[in-house]
Amino acid sequence: MKLRTLVLCGNGTNCEAETAHAARLAGADEVNILSIWELLAGHDSLDGYQFLCLPGGFLDGDNLGSARAGAFRFAHGRPGAGHDALRVQLDRLLDAGGVIIGICNGFQLLVKLGILPAREWTPRVTLTHNLNGRFEDRWVTLKADPASPCVFTRGLDVIELPVRHGEGRLVASDDAVMDTIRDGHLAPLVYIDPATGGPTEAYPLNPNGSPGGIAALCDPTGRIFGLMPHPEAYNHYTNHPRWTREFLDGPPKHEEGAGILLFRNAVDWLRRNHG
Amino acid sequence: MILRIEVGPQPHRPDPMGRKARSTVSGEFPGQIDDIRVVRVYTVSEDLTEEVLSTWARGALSDPISDQVSVNGHLPTEADWIVEVDFKPGVTDNEGRTAREALALLLGDRPVPAVYSGVQYRIFGRLERGQVHRLAEDFFANTLIQRIRIASRAEFQGGQMLRANPPVVRNPHEPRVRAVSLEGDDDALEALSRQNVWALSAAEMKVIRAWFERPEVRETRRLAGLDERLTDVEMECIAQSWSEHCKHKIFSANIDYTEDGVTVRIPGLYKTCIQGTTRAIRERDGEADRCLSVFVDNAGVVRFDEAHGLVFKVETHNSPSALDPYGGALTGIVGVNRDPFGTGMGAELLFNTDVFCLADPRREEPPPTGLLHPMRILEGVRTGVEHGGNQSGIPTINGSVVFDDRYIGKPLVYCGTGGLIPLELHGRPGYSKYVEAGDLVVMVGGRIGKDGIHGATFSSVELSEESPSSAVQIGDPITQKRMFDFLQKARDAGLYSGLTDNGAGGLSSSVGEMATFSGGADLDLAKAPLKYAGLDPWEILVSESQERMTVAVPPAKLDAFMALSNLMNVESTVLGTFTDSGTFTVRHDGQIVALLDLGFLHEGLPRRELAATWTPPTPVEPALPADPDLRSLLLRLLSRLNIASKEYWVRQYDHEVKGRSVVKPLCGVAAQGPSDAAVMRPLLDSLRGIVVSHGLVPRYSDIDAGAMAAASVDEAVRNAVAAGGDPDTFSALDNFCWPDPIAPAPDHERKLAGLVRANRALAELCLAYNLPLISGKDSMKNDARVGARWISVPPTLLISLAGIVPDVRRAVTMDFKRPGTAVYVLGLTRRELGGSEYLAELGLSSTAVPIVRAADNLRLYRALHAAMREGLIASCHDCSDGGLGVALAESAFAGGLGCAVDLARVPADSPDLRDDELVFSESAGRFVVSVDPANTAAFEAALAGLPVARVGETTAADRIDLRLARGGAVSWSLAECFSAWHAPLAFSQGKE
Repeated sequence: MKLRTLVLCGNGTNCEAETAHAARLAGADEVNILSIWELLAGHDSLDGYQFLCLPGGFLDGDNLGSARAGAFRFAHGRPGAGHDALRVQLDRLLDAGGVIIGICNGFQLLVKLGILPAREWTPRVTLTHNLNGRFEDRWVTLKADPASPCVFTRGLDVIELPVRHGEGRLVASDDAVMDTIRDGHLAPLVYIDPATGGPTEAYPLNPNGSPGGIAALCDPTGRIFGLMPHPEAYNHYTNHPRWTREFLDGPPKHEEGAGILLFRNAVDWLRRNHG
Repeated sequence: MILRIEVGPQPHRPDPMGRKARSTVSGEFPGQIDDIRVVRVYTVSEDLTEEVLSTWARGALSDPISDQVSVNGHLPTEADWIVEVDFKPGVTDNEGRTAREALALLLGDRPVPAVYSGVQYRIFGRLERGQVHRLAEDFFANTLIQRIRIASRAEFQGGQMLRANPPVVRNPHEPRVRAVSLEGDDDALEALSRQNVWALSAAEMKVIRAWFERPEVRETRRLAGLDERLTDVEMECIAQSWSEHCKHKIFSANIDYTEDGVTVRIPGLYKTCIQGTTRAIRERDGEADRCLSVFVDNAGVVRFDEAHGLVFKVETHNSPSALDPYGGALTGIVGVNRDPFGTGMGAELLFNTDVFCLADPRREEPPPTGLLHPMRILEGVRTGVEHGGNQSGIPTINGSVVFDDRYIGKPLVYCGTGGLIPLELHGRPGYSKYVEAGDLVVMVGGRIGKDGIHGATFSSVELSEESPSSAVQIGDPITQKRMFDFLQKARDAGLYSGLTDNGAGGLSSSVGEMATFSGGADLDLAKAPLKYAGLDPWEILVSESQERMTVAVPPAKLDAFMALSNLMNVESTVLGTFTDSGTFTVRHDGQIVALLDLGFLHEGLPRRELAATWTPPTPVEPALPADPDLRSLLLRLLSRLNIASKEYWVRQYDHEVKGRSVVKPLCGVAAQGPSDAAVMRPLLDSLRGIVVSHGLVPRYSDIDAGAMAAASVDEAVRNAVAAGGDPDTFSALDNFCWPDPIAPAPDHERKLAGLVRANRALAELCLAYNLPLISGKDSMKNDARVGARWISVPPTLLISLAGIVPDVRRAVTMDFKRPGTAVYVLGLTRRELGGSEYLAELGLSSTAVPIVRAADNLRLYRALHAAMREGLIASCHDCSDGGLGVALAESAFAGGLGCAVDLARVPADSPDLRDDELVFSESAGRFVVSVDPANTAAFEAALAGLPVARVGETTAADRIDLRLARGGAVSWSLAECFSAWHAPLAFSQGKE
């Protein structure tokens, strides 16, 4: 079966080109970039896609709070005549066994739509201002939870990726939600201190002050995945901030950046599960 | 009824934005402020149904997990003081616009009321009312564009703020066209010009008068229903087109330049030194000419690969940033985005650059009356570029911040944008425009308000609730992003024949310039969509409202263009038609209100005649200390603002969105070393790279602006070479920011002479480096008048450079990589301490400013680049501010490695240089390079015959050991060097 990937863009997304590139490098057969306005107008629908990417950016300039106006449009935007609401289309994609990745602003969108850490369509957590009140661009070290159901992080151990956000601190409505996340292994990536290998809440290793170092969430199916770091921005080894040191003697055998692994996991999983 | 909604973090949640506000102001009121909480306020001009209100307030305006909301009542507080800040009528309100768009989703076809946003600061602390006022004006609001309300706890709890009126524009003015009479003598004409902010001289106004008195002009006008007097629309259009900003009158002027008693006549600096230089290089290059489109469009275009051109433009936004640093810088960056986007058929934007020149932010005394404190300018400008660049999704990959206290009069804010453009688009070059008579004039993007009318001279405009603020503007990156998303699709679908941006001069400039392609234009201002009613036709024509492009659409493509525009949620309006009539015809509701001959409009401006006299400075030899303490001096230099780490800026700018970064602004073992230049891979599936760098050394212009210009060019070239750029592929942009060189400015003949010398040096260096200038800009009024005193910026030339890195895998960073590598110094060190950071630290002066030996340098640069392509170089760092000592220290702590270096081995032009001269001289054309032992022989062979010496090696020790030429040694720990360098501009970075 031909795997179809959709990168949904528009109204302030910024990372659609490199996200589509990452999906192509990972082996997706067809990768389309579609504007939210085209989707609302019914020029295309989510039907027929197995892999949906919500790229990073600043939906509506993050006015009103990151991805808030974007989530509101997703929920209340009326599609053209004869087309289902976006929520209905999204449910259909997931019910058919599709997978979703939300990166940075896309993660914020998933959370504010209320489909992480579970597809309830009711927000249980939010992502809000970093404790220092600043947007920052820096690379972080992340560790994957091997017990997580997340299909994107399978086989992954430690990975370095860039973060570029001002609102990445996870806040839950109550402790029970945090318990669910912990018990269900729904935080597939955490910020760690590379010296100890353990999760950290200390700046700058944890850039936003997220509790338990939580950098990502998935739902219990592992097919809805959101993360603050940008895997698509580590698509070539020369993206790494220390590549001139670590590859001083020449390029690595495989020049692809480690961020592509997350996309390849999704593509491989879809191939296995969609024949 | 007016609705009012307050949103804030739930009481038990942390409030990082409140904490940030507190940390910003607490230094000013030590011990008096315990806490600040921030609440957002939205007002709506009409009532809403309970259901709509609840869905909107809880779903769009607030976060159900972390926020609390109140409607028509306050979120309770026991704060001692409450400061509420919102916008004056008519000022761009991005939060309000987004909130209104969300509301519209719930209202279907029903009319959507206006929504306004504000911010409330709830201050817990012991302050007097006067102190709260000062705090609000100094930190929370800019009273040019914002309104402040202050309430004590009792007043607030009594409901005083609930009764505030939203900032509705009330502008009952009936639009009209007035006749302008250019009568009277020179004094009367100049007074008229001043009064109307036309910025024209009496001579220029007499040229206009004479033109309109011509019988044939009168006859044409009579036939069009116009009398012999100009309309205000015509006068404003001419004033815009003939402004210094648009016509570069000083760079076009004939200058009688006197040096050593000899006077020569220069027929225009732009024509001779800028355009002439590039023409000479293009002729010399012949077939290998890299220039595709230079000096004819909004940005320069050079060849990148067989399918793409590289587009680059740098602008300044100094005056707006002086008055509203945030809005000025924000519109600076989103404004310069529109230049490459409006070049040819439109570029894909790939990178931003920014350079700020500011006064010392640690200044303790208050700024001169009428000027903002440099810390406020620094933070406002930084935030403006952060929001503009980050939200637009364009990485800020290169820049710097230069400090000099004279920039307190006018901060310099340089913003640049580059991108790629297809060499071929729909069968013809993508870097040209194809506007033909009959194409429609379509305005795309934002609406027109009074924003930025007479932008540069607004301080005389009084602002009030009745007259919407035209003083300063706030950019709206998202409206622009939507417009770009749409136009990119329209470009690829071949739906237009050309486009340009609406910047300075608004429609008057954009349509006027595009009209030159077809030979005329006819537009109707009444069709232009307005933000609010009541604008006079001339205001619509010259308004500088942001986020607009003017596009030429062939009639056959109009339906498809408008349909796509509608689909992509972007407003597009047909305003008229491009013609070949030879005139720029402007109507209002059908009636002609301006009829201007295009030739006169664009070529009618008489050239100025100026005089300049150069007197070389009297040579000064510095009285250097007999036994300088190099140990403490290097640490002091590392802490000087021009040398200290700029990580505070870099981290808050997204410098790797688009996923193409190769050499980032920070590099090294902990990603804290200062990169010399940026390298990116503009095409995700290609290894061909772009290097972007800049050079800027305003300190040298106190001695000789010519030396300053030469050093700036060399620095830009050197930086690009250091990172792996091929010196035979570079192109440069020149951005001059000068103190006023025209009478009655003090010392104007010397300032103009400096401009001549800078241009000549620029031309000489570019010819020597075979470096074409592809675009540039000049800003010639960078002064503030405080009473009788002029505060003038030092003459400042920014050279921005882009070039090719043939294979990004051969890019090089400045950090030492491994212990045991050989350390080399390339290039000769000379006794050139003039203008150096070293002498500035000692409070000494010298006229021995560094002299650039371009031919020698180019040989070295080419050899070094060849060695890089062979993979022979482990690290390469340019020697500039602070000299060799600073370069060695930076390479060492960036790599987390020590080094042992023998100063006696440093290549120098004379054996009797002192140790402090060897360490701190800022001679041009030098690098610190490290080479793996396996490569030293090949490296030395590659650079044979050049001034290169192995001076030491890197070590695993955490220290820098310098053996002095005169005997003895000095050592520093890496930690003390790093800390001296990193701390001064960290601004509590890392603290929560």
